[in-house]
Amino acid sequence: MRTINSNNPFGDSYQHHILSVLVQNRPGVLARVSGLFARRGYNIFSLAVAPTEDADYSRITIVVDISETPLEQIVKQLFKLIDVVRITELDPRKSVERELMMVTVSADGDLRGQVVELANIFEAKILAVGGDSLTISLDGHPEKLDDFEELLRNYGIVESQRTGRVALPKLEREARTRATKGKTS
Amino acid sequence: MSTKETLTGAEALIRSLEMENVEIMFGLPGGCILPAYDPLLKSSIRHVLVRHEQGAGHMAEGYAHVTGRPGVVMVTSGPAATNMVTPLCNAFMDSIPLVCITGQVSTTALGTDAFQECDTVGITRSVTKHNELVMRPDDIPMAVRQAFLIATTGRPGPVLLDMPKDVLQQTMTWHWPTDQEVLDSLPGYKPTTKGHPKMIKEAAKLILEAERPVLYIGGGVLKAHAAEIVKELAELTQIPVVTTLMGRGAFPDNHSLCLGMPGMHGNATAITAMQKADLLIALGVRFDDRVTGKVATFAPYAKIIHVDIDPAEQGKVRKPDVPIVGDCRQVTEEIVKSVKELLHEGTTQADVGPWRSKVSGWQEKFPVAYDQAEPGERLKPQFCLERLRDLAPEGTIVVAGVGQHQMWASLFWRFNEPYTWVNSGGLGTMGFAVPAAIGAKAARPDRTVWAIDGDGCFQMTAQELVTATTEGIHVKIAILNNTYLGMVRQWQEMFYGERYSEVNLAGCPDFVKWAEAMGCVGLRVESADEIDAVIAQANSINDRSVVVEFRVDEFEKVFPMIPPGTSNDDVMLHPSQEDKREFLK
Repeated sequence: MRTINSNNPFGDSYQHHILSVLVQNRPGVLARVSGLFARRGYNIFSLAVAPTEDADYSRITIVVDISETPLEQIVKQLFKLIDVVRITELDPRKSVERELMMVTVSADGDLRGQVVELANIFEAKILAVGGDSLTISLDGHPEKLDDFEELLRNYGIVESQRTGRVALPKLEREARTRATKGKTS
Repeated sequence: MSTKETLTGAEALIRSLEMENVEIMFGLPGGCILPAYDPLLKSSIRHVLVRHEQGAGHMAEGYAHVTGRPGVVMVTSGPAATNMVTPLCNAFMDSIPLVCITGQVSTTALGTDAFQECDTVGITRSVTKHNELVMRPDDIPMAVRQAFLIATTGRPGPVLLDMPKDVLQQTMTWHWPTDQEVLDSLPGYKPTTKGHPKMIKEAAKLILEAERPVLYIGGGVLKAHAAEIVKELAELTQIPVVTTLMGRGAFPDNHSLCLGMPGMHGNATAITAMQKADLLIALGVRFDDRVTGKVATFAPYAKIIHVDIDPAEQGKVRKPDVPIVGDCRQVTEEIVKSVKELLHEGTTQADVGPWRSKVSGWQEKFPVAYDQAEPGERLKPQFCLERLRDLAPEGTIVVAGVGQHQMWASLFWRFNEPYTWVNSGGLGTMGFAVPAAIGAKAARPDRTVWAIDGDGCFQMTAQELVTATTEGIHVKIAILNNTYLGMVRQWQEMFYGERYSEVNLAGCPDFVKWAEAMGCVGLRVESADEIDAVIAQANSINDRSVVVEFRVDEFEKVFPMIPPGTSNDDVMLHPSQEDKREFLK
């Protein structure tokens, strides 16, 4: 579901919003949710869905790149779906985001060492080693994955696959809360 | 009492519908829904056997429109389900409570392209408020309870239950879920009905401050049974009222504060009052494009109080100054209370006298007008409507199709009572009138039901008059026959340089013979001197349906008109009034 017309979809028009949608875990719920975006002609940038700690519910994490006004309408429309229980918009500055990437890179002979070194720097894992290529996995902030992918491109990416991103709100630490209070009062 | 009762899924379905107090349902059986039609034989529910599933859907809508109760439809799988898509979408657009039961192939055959299989739930997902494929017979009572709850509460709408054949055939242990069990099963469904007190106070203040206020009321007022309290608000504050196409009848047309219908084919006063207003009190409306015209220039001086039960309507088109999410009746009651309190505390209302005089001036100068036919010319459709209106028995329910005749019906009829106007507003479904009239008459056998139809519309669903005849549901149909798809012809004349493309319906069948073939009385009116006698004859027939064909002027156009994409300030008046345009400035 990545936008295919741009190398850096978050580039100039940085409008990415993360919606965390808690839904009843029922057949068709994903189709209902994604259908709402499709109907209005909005592209979903990434999507991750899995059951929550309570198996009756699933959490759908949706990243969309649209401006505020249509987003507000979409959120309201989403909330009208009977299966949708709660919608939280996560501010990227106040949330932790993670994504997983698996990538197969050509790396034969001398180059293999360089790729392994790069993987080590990024704390990536080597999952499989072939005669002339390596499969590596890396999880982390999506931007970190972007950087890693960019560097691997020089060696030749045979195949790569990324999950949608998942996100949770950052925890407010006691100290930080106090500091914020101090500033505002 | 504690002995567990075992029923088939089909028996459980019919019993669940009985438990929901369904008195009538509209449908047509077929392969996959067969099991459900068997227990229907000994059920208290009346089933109306239609000739086409779309007809069943519109009948259920007509029923729901005039009763406020959910219309119920039962049809089979595949083509029957796809034939239901139009009525479901119609109900979705016009917020009509509808429960539709569709048959489905057995769970073992789902997804195999079995005979008469289609992805009903997938196809209808975007035209229903909710839908569900019921996979276990034990789930049926809960699914039915949820369907009725969802269809009738919050913003009403259609709900579809897809019933695989084997689920209907298998047995289950009967259990009728309690209210609490139903609510617990829907953790994501909590419609807001009570308005925010702070917003209500704010609304009351704005209402008393406004010098040029207009009450802009729509279908939501009827859905919420708020007509009485809205009238109280209008009378208390002396604020004039416009009623949208879906809200016609929510405020009586014979009331001195009523300005009638705004919008693309509204009357000049209603349109202009909104354009000049300093406050719009929008109740149960959705700022539809047919009302606003070009949004950027709509009601430019007005602050907006928007009361709607659907939070997604707030700010969808126009950002309100005071958004109030809630039930129209409850919120309006609170607003009235708050206005009274403010008045009691000594707040004085701004003088709306000058505004009301101005509005009355427009009403006098710009009545809805048409040119009378010269002797020998074809009847004017507006004249036919005036005669139908003036000769109609007290309490007549009017149902319309879609097009010119619908606009004329709305402009020329006088709706003095809520729930006497049934039409397809949002989707604009041609062919709506005949079946919807049958549904309305089934609901209100004590009332005369006149469908105002066009020749194009009538040819889409006329076969349901066979249903009317066999079921003894006697309706009256007025076909304003101009042998054209009239509204399309009007647009081609006005916006496509009179290049008429595929709009001429000349060569349409003999409507009188057709009516007779369907067991109805067929009548025809061709001249002004016979019109009253024929209408009186139609009104006097109560043991059969009556179809009256009015041969009307082919080139008559609906005025006023706001050309699409233009500002409401630039409304095109009837040519005879264009020289008075100055007065609308």
